[in-house]
Amino acid sequence: MKHLLSTDGLDPAQATAVLDTADTLKRTLLGREVRKLPTLRGRTVVTMFYENSTRTRVSFEVAGKWMSADVINVSAGGSSVGKGESLRDTALTLSAAGADLVIVRHPASGAAHRLAGWLEGTGTGVVNAGDGMHEHPTQALLDAATLRERLGTIAGRRIAIVGDVLHSRVARSNVHLLTALGAEVVLVAPPTLLPTGVENWPVSVSHDLDPELPALDAVMMLRVQAERMHGGFFPSAREYSIAYGLSERRFKQLPEHAVVLHPGPMLRGMEIAAAVADSPRAAITEQVRNGVHVRMAVLYHLLAGEEEAA
Amino acid sequence: MAPRVRGATDPAERELLSAGDVARTIARMAHQIIEKTSLGGEPTRPVVLLGIPSRGAPLARRLAGLIAEFSDVRVPVGALDTTLYRDDLRRRPNRPLESTTLPEGGIDDCLVVLVDDVLFSGRTIRAALDALRDAGRPASVQLAVLVDRGHRELPIRADYVGKNVPTSRTEEVHVCLDELDGRDGVYLRREDHQ
Repeated sequence: MKHLLSTDGLDPAQATAVLDTADTLKRTLLGREVRKLPTLRGRTVVTMFYENSTRTRVSFEVAGKWMSADVINVSAGGSSVGKGESLRDTALTLSAAGADLVIVRHPASGAAHRLAGWLEGTGTGVVNAGDGMHEHPTQALLDAATLRERLGTIAGRRIAIVGDVLHSRVARSNVHLLTALGAEVVLVAPPTLLPTGVENWPVSVSHDLDPELPALDAVMMLRVQAERMHGGFFPSAREYSIAYGLSERRFKQLPEHAVVLHPGPMLRGMEIAAAVADSPRAAITEQVRNGVHVRMAVLYHLLAGEEEAA
Repeated sequence: MAPRVRGATDPAERELLSAGDVARTIARMAHQIIEKTSLGGEPTRPVVLLGIPSRGAPLARRLAGLIAEFSDVRVPVGALDTTLYRDDLRRRPNRPLESTTLPEGGIDDCLVVLVDDVLFSGRTIRAALDALRDAGRPASVQLAVLVDRGHRELPIRADYVGKNVPTSRTEEVHVCLDELDGRDGVYLRREDHQ
């Protein structure tokens, strides 16, 4: 593995290997005073974020530092991007300056793939940390890690992804990964927030949340991405919340063992009730914690092995 | 992990220790550990056995079982994976991590006996010493190996050796343990002879 660009087409065995590594790393570091491993000493990781992010950028940085890699953060605001440099030139500059891995978030779908193409032959790898409405593979991996931890297995589990599927790279990455790992995925959203071509995805689709609830092992609530919405996708925030929000009443319809996930940032009162988000069956803070271990595992798999002949 | 079938009828393979030899050798090492750490007599420092996966881990468990049998002292056992501390990570394909489990009381101020199947270059032990430093601060560290095959690349020696085997670098020493391979035995195999 040289790049991690999408979960579409990711070999289930490879994905499971990353999850196993994350799990071992988590157990290895548990209760340790010094959470630092020498594994990636001398490797340089650059995070390049063209979009706002708290948890993804921070957890990649923490992950890199706990593995002893040198982590450098480049944000679009404080770099030559502000002077008009293209993504390609910025990436080639970072590669020439010695980056072994570039972690990129970009508002354009497909940006990470383009970047990997431009960096072909330079020895620099690329991790997609979210590209527009396309994919966010490490989020899907950390969701899978959290589900595996809470439910024991993923194969055969029924998982609903609820809300703004259209604009969600998290939903896309999760659909690919969770179905590859053997889960049954149901997308629940108003017709206006489902992408075209969804009928070809390996999922079932529903416009009504209530009848789905009793059969679910997990429910993943998505944020309504107002920043990507230009036009009327639903009549009002209140109406959306009533139809698709995870209220306390709906929460009670879920089976006892069901897990509630949210990729964050949450809009409490919109897609998820505050009391639900804070319930012990919500794994939202755990997702963030697992995010660090999953990203350490991704760095390990991309950077620790022998370089493959190009 | 599927048990690896080793050395069934290979002509290029020579048996160094039979199943009976392995059992006797481990028993002798258990006696030596009891004697050298005075487990039987005046209690000195708490002793902890840490096996290096994969084959050091079941070896450590067996040693602990025998020590309990011979001396009535129960020594805590754990496993210490060294993968994240290796100096050859970039020279080999990515390797899966094995689990590290430390005994509940930790290893601070204990006498830690590292247990591995084969002592060769000494690099695994160097990595284990680094891993140990991150896991706690033992009072002292000793090393027990089933087979010492020579060719050290670092100033490291074992405190307890089951069997010294002179080898050439082109040979490979295979340790089979019932827990992982379905049977016990130690074999010497010439690498060029596949």
